[in-house]
Amino acid sequence: MAATELITRNWKKKDPSLKAYEAAGGYQQLRKVLKMQPADVTAEVKKSNLRGRGGAGFPTGMKWSFVPANNPKPRYLCVNADESEPGTFKDRYIMEWDPHSMLEGCAIACYALNAHACYIYTRGEYKFPAEVMDKAIAEAYAAGIFGKSVLGSGFQMDCYQVRGAGAYICGEETGLLESLEGKKGWPRLKPPFPAVSGLFGCPTVVNNVETLASLPFIFEMGAEKYAALGTPKSGGTRLIALSGHVNKPGVFECEMKTTLRELIYDLGGGITGGRKLKAVIPGGSSAPVLPASNIDIAMEFEALKDAGTMAGSGAVIAMDDSTCMVRALWRITRFYAEESCGQCTPCREGTPWMTRLLRKIEEGRGQPEDINMLLSVASSIAPFPPMGLGQTICALGDAAALPVHSFLQFFRAEFEEHIRLGRCPFEKPWGSLGEGRFQ
Amino acid sequence: MAAPFDADQQARFDAGIAKLLSQFPNDRKQAAMMGAVRLVQELVGWVPPEGMEQVAQKLEVPVSKVLEVATFYVMFFTKKPGKYVIDVCTNISCSLCGAEKLLEGLERKLDVHAGETTADGKFTLREAECLGSCHTAPCLQINEDHHENLSLKQAEELLAKLA
Ligand SMILES: Cc1cc2nc3c(=O)[nH]c(=O)nc-3n(C[C@H](O)[C@H](O)[C@H](O)COP(=O)(O)O)c2cc1C
Ligand code: SF4
Ligand code: FES
Repeated sequence: MAATELITRNWKKKDPSLKAYEAAGGYQQLRKVLKMQPADVTAEVKKSNLRGRGGAGFPTGMKWSFVPANNPKPRYLCVNADESEPGTFKDRYIMEWDPHSMLEGCAIACYALNAHACYIYTRGEYKFPAEVMDKAIAEAYAAGIFGKSVLGSGFQMDCYQVRGAGAYICGEETGLLESLEGKKGWPRLKPPFPAVSGLFGCPTVVNNVETLASLPFIFEMGAEKYAALGTPKSGGTRLIALSGHVNKPGVFECEMKTTLRELIYDLGGGITGGRKLKAVIPGGSSAPVLPASNIDIAMEFEALKDAGTMAGSGAVIAMDDSTCMVRALWRITRFYAEESCGQCTPCREGTPWMTRLLRKIEEGRGQPEDINMLLSVASSIAPFPPMGLGQTICALGDAAALPVHSFLQFFRAEFEEHIRLGRCPFEKPWGSLGEGRFQ
Repeated sequence: MAAPFDADQQARFDAGIAKLLSQFPNDRKQAAMMGAVRLVQELVGWVPPEGMEQVAQKLEVPVSKVLEVATFYVMFFTKKPGKYVIDVCTNISCSLCGAEKLLEGLERKLDVHAGETTADGKFTLREAECLGSCHTAPCLQINEDHHENLSLKQAEELLAKLA
């Protein structure tokens, strides 16, 4: 259960310097890769079954191979360090405690893609991680890892960090590209996909921090061995961020077969105050909720998908039996209402509407028809079960609708009880409902 | 329009912009926008219209493009905020661990609602979305400096230390 330590291997040292990374064998994999053919590097990543750790879980090697070979324009690698999905805080630790593992991954990816520039887009609020990264990038330049000739190989690459300024939507890959181009982060219609037309209209790969930090290990242990750590469709280990009502919240490196129960009760030390677990959100706030009866399930892309939810960003949020599900859903829905960029009518209008309906129910002003109204608004943003994208430009719409559908699927009785009683039946309200834009 | 910077600030601004521009292709000056607006805010505490003009000139874009960016991102201030901006995370994991009560306590203590600035201009209190510290809830940031695992009492002590 407690996995082979790969990504977290250097964390204990709490030393993010280049010296510490090199002492632990750092940048040896980049040296190895620079002697390979770029196409073979991509082939090896494909063989490793590495799937993106940013949310969608798309196979990384396959994504790289979508970059057209004959396009004469420059290529770019963009690192998604926007980490803003509620519940998610894993990338931050890679940046703070082992930044060079990610930078080595960036150089490997750039070499494979024949990209000469890498932009790390770091969320604006991450002041400390950004400072550590700046220092690490400077160290890498000074050591000849970035620059005119990467480790003397003749391959040139530059690496820059750009900081966001507080907008969840800039984590969506095309929103990120817009922001990098100096605009507000409005997602773009796809296709064209970034691999064909991304940053500055050039072929671009956007990868998550953890995805890139995983690359050195693939070359260290060999793709087959790395793949074997996971499941047939998903290789390696992954970082899980655990929060909510657990005794030992934190970031854990897990094997793909680790179950939610093992995470919560073994690694996470069980539920706070010895209370009972009520529900779990297994992949960041947008992932459909699971009732406590369904936690003997591996935290892996396919198994969670089969259970009607998703692995998402690897953020597990545990809720105990004192949690009001109406209140929890209101909180989540309000987030998407606040963060909707406003381009698509269903998302712009639907997310505040759901938020208002939920507040009404939580405050005891709900009417029986409000529940169906909620479901109908959610369906107009994204149908349930998910039918794939289509209703809106980006997946933020789906992210807002999925929790509404799933909370009502499993906890509808609680919503009905609020309406019947004309008040929230839970004894310990969290505090005031606040004065956000969406009352 | 009045210059937003004094001579020293102007020199830092010019140098900062030059560095930012060096990171992007020559014909993509607008890409320096995020860094440029942040730079203005670092120099003068917020993004006044004169600062937007300067950015527009340097990046060779209409001021409207700068305004669009400055107003889109929650960390940019197009109105002067309090000396200390307190962002309290009230997202799901933090709320499960008492963040909304923390916010309420601070609202009472500072006698403002979230989103407002105290009468003496010292504190702006805001509700923030997930700050990436969900396991150390509740947490808040004061002018981008992160503080975690806070009780109301500890948060009040933090504020009391600020001049
Ligand atoms: C609304 C929204 C927010 C997202 N936020 C993030 C994020 O903060 N970090 C991240 O890596 N991916 C995020 N993603 C996923 C990215 O769009 C993209 O799939 C990912 O960066 C690809 O990298 P990967 O293949 O390495 O996972 C988000 C997606 C959506 C729709
Ligand atoms: S789905 Fe929502 S966030 Fe995404 S582009 Fe449309 S309006 Fe913007
Ligand atoms: S929910 Fe508060 S920091 Fe993530």
